[in-house]
Amino acid sequence: MTLGIVMLCHTALHRAAQVARHWAVAGCPVVIHFDRRVPDSDRAELVAALADLPDVRFSARVACEWGTFSLVEATLIATTQLLRDFPGADHVYLTSGSCLPLRPVAELQAYLAAHPGTDFIESVTTADVGWTIGGLNKERFTLRFPFSWRKQRRLFDGYVTLQRLLGVRRRIPAGLVPHLGSQWWCLTRRTLEGILQSPDRARHDRYFRRVWIPDESYFQTLVRKVSAKVESRSLTLSKFDFQGRPHVFYDDHLHLLRRSEAFLARKIWPDADLLYATYLAPADPAAARPEPNPGKIDRLFAKAVERRTKGRPGLFMQSRFPTKARGGNRAAAPYGVFEGFADLFEDFHPWLARVAEARVHGHLFAPNRVHFAEDETIFKGGLSDSATLRDYNPRSFLTNLIWNSRGERQCFHFGPNDAQPITLFLAADPNATLMIVSGAFAIPLWRSGRPVADIRAEVARLQKIEAEFIALLQAPETKARVRLWSLADFVEDPVEPLHQIVDDLNPRASHRMTELPSMVDLTGFASFIQELRNQGMQPVLMGDFPTEIDRTQLRDGPSHSQQAK
Amino acid sequence: MRTGVAEPRPPHACPVGTLPEPSGGLIGLWQAYRQRLGRRRLLARAWLHRRDLTCVTDRTAAVRATDILCFICLRNEARRLPFFLAHNRRLGVRHFLIVDNDSTDDTAAILADAPDVSVWHSAASYKSSRFGMDWLTWLMLRHGHGHWCLTLDADEILIYPYWQTRPLPALTDWLDQQGRDCFGVLTVDMYPTGPVSQGAHDPAADPVESLGWFDAGNYLVQVQPKLGNLWIQGGARARAFFADSPRKAPTLNKTPLVRWHWRYAYVNSTHALLPPRLNRVYDTGGGELTSGVLLHSKFLPEIIARSAEEKTRGEHFADGAQYAAYYDRLVDDPVLHCAASTRYTGWRQMEALGLMSRGGWI
Repeated sequence: MTLGIVMLCHTALHRAAQVARHWAVAGCPVVIHFDRRVPDSDRAELVAALADLPDVRFSARVACEWGTFSLVEATLIATTQLLRDFPGADHVYLTSGSCLPLRPVAELQAYLAAHPGTDFIESVTTADVGWTIGGLNKERFTLRFPFSWRKQRRLFDGYVTLQRLLGVRRRIPAGLVPHLGSQWWCLTRRTLEGILQSPDRARHDRYFRRVWIPDESYFQTLVRKVSAKVESRSLTLSKFDFQGRPHVFYDDHLHLLRRSEAFLARKIWPDADLLYATYLAPADPAAARPEPNPGKIDRLFAKAVERRTKGRPGLFMQSRFPTKARGGNRAAAPYGVFEGFADLFEDFHPWLARVAEARVHGHLFAPNRVHFAEDETIFKGGLSDSATLRDYNPRSFLTNLIWNSRGERQCFHFGPNDAQPITLFLAADPNATLMIVSGAFAIPLWRSGRPVADIRAEVARLQKIEAEFIALLQAPETKARVRLWSLADFVEDPVEPLHQIVDDLNPRASHRMTELPSMVDLTGFASFIQELRNQGMQPVLMGDFPTEIDRTQLRDGPSHSQQAK
Repeated sequence: MRTGVAEPRPPHACPVGTLPEPSGGLIGLWQAYRQRLGRRRLLARAWLHRRDLTCVTDRTAAVRATDILCFICLRNEARRLPFFLAHNRRLGVRHFLIVDNDSTDDTAAILADAPDVSVWHSAASYKSSRFGMDWLTWLMLRHGHGHWCLTLDADEILIYPYWQTRPLPALTDWLDQQGRDCFGVLTVDMYPTGPVSQGAHDPAADPVESLGWFDAGNYLVQVQPKLGNLWIQGGARARAFFADSPRKAPTLNKTPLVRWHWRYAYVNSTHALLPPRLNRVYDTGGGELTSGVLLHSKFLPEIIARSAEEKTRGEHFADGAQYAAYYDRLVDDPVLHCAASTRYTGWRQMEALGLMSRGGWI
């Protein structure tokens, strides 16, 4: 049997010549179609380069424009010529100038001989196509497209919208069921003759002349009328990005292409010297002959689409800066923020590091300097402990910190004494878990032993800041996970909230908590609160502390230094 | 090492998470008109400053329409030029158009011998020519139209995804196919293990061999709504020298690779361009565009002598006095390396760290 090759060329003609020679030497007749826009000098050069090969012919030329019938016309002309000039050819493979055979021609010939009478052409009904870009698939067949998509985009789009608006439809010729598929096929002589010599040919051509991208539908549709056996897949490996543009293969894809085990690949970068040298070299007959399996490399392409369209969440860099709605307010990984706990417990910090299996920082947003875990001065990635540098761009500071320590849960303390501009980000970040004991900021002030009259204003200031933060967290736009206790409620039963914290931060912790952090002795705190009231301040965030009268009762109750159950 | 930068003082810059919508309506039109005026002013400046340039060697007749061109303004870079030229030739740069700002070392001799270099000489002030940008704008206007143009400093080594196996024409073909005509990068300061005076260096060798370290994750990102360009600062210099005045820290984002049109103009070094559409080298929908890194070899041993000279010349900053302390620190032979430094291993590492991206390029 003989395999005929039709090549559509418009650029990188020297590569096309190399590939044509490769086919011809292996015994495949080749008909080359040049885009009429290829300069005559370039064409003449190529024709001269292939002059020694009698089985390489050149067809009449059509000016080809992407997305129009001219590509189908070029194919029809070249195919007709091939079938006429080479009566022995019983399969025709449509290729482009940037296609490269990945396996020896003999293997392809053997493969086709093993599947006699089979047409290899991807042909999918419009309802089932998932890969068309821009929402045009069925409409490719029912609307009119007189304008160039590349050069007259606005007219193109406008005319499509107009037709949709007016409800104008073209009638699909009787007997045709629209199918779409890859442009690159390998069809049998019988099928091609059925299409080319069909009595309805003129009617079909007239119809497809106004179909959008007919090179992906002309043969794919008509083959269904005439073929005895359609194998709906292309033997050419051809990958598209998420906008429908073909991926280009480079030298470093050699191993990838080998793994695909496809017969041909498109598009090859014209300067990929290694690929051309490797694949156009004489074949090694001892090599195995596996079934083509382009699916093997699909994962890589899926990953590239994901990187291009979704990116890496929480990363802000020179080519990724999303709007808020598209992930602009999101750190790379979940993290915990603790407000009030360090004031309420003596040893909360080491306890948390133990039970949550996390890196626990101090007050990252403290006014004097950044308190990294282990009191480091420069944290991972080169983050400085300078408060000025941090406050210059607090969001970048935080997103960098979380990004730099991917794979390790980060927790830090926060409080009304810290630099507050980061709160907007924290509240809107779905990766933030905020644990707040409101009003606990008063404990260190109370323990300082300074007269109430002196610290009254300070308590009021901190209360105002914390109240604003809490109000922000209770707004409907908040995406962070928030757990809020008033100091009084928390002190009432600290065990339950602490369990909740561990469950939130480290849900897979196998063992139950065997120890609890020890709480500051709050004896006398209630009278401190009352004293603040007496001084004219209104402490609200601490909750309802038992008043003076209940205090004795409280003192006789259980110790506040909670121990393990 | 012409990294002189007149820092922009925008009315405001928007941090992560608050990307502003471009203004529409009359305000948008008014802004577009202002930007058009600004662009024409820059082109007029370039035209006026053309007289500063004296042609030394003009080999641009050999440039073909598809060639990638490289534009540089430099002074006393004989220690860096051999590797710089070799690296960019390997990447596929076909012609170098160089403004020599009155070098006193072997720079002129090195350039005279190279067959793919055209040289213009200028003895005029670097500062008053917008840190060399007026000269380069003029050369780009004359020679860059229609070409992919790479505008670099001599101490910047461009790397991008797959750079060892895919030369620049592969990248630019791909950008063309994507309908993109600009390419964004981050400048990463490279530094040696000990004091900067210790990094011995052979001019023909890759400076990264002696400057093997960098800061991996302390880059501060904002967007400047006026031109829509990013404003990235941070890195080793911000950490070591600008911790108390971060706003003055050097700008690190650049757009060095552009398919040029004679009407375009760089506004501020290569950090921002007009028309502002060219500043959109980043994706705003959450995805990543393809981007690269400039490995910055500023911290070779000669920086000490050079900083002392620059401090007295005062040609490198719009407000040089503000940067006196910075120069003093450089002259003091600083150690930039710290426990949190990362050793450079290649572009794949840079990509994994989020300092560049392959985007959708496979």
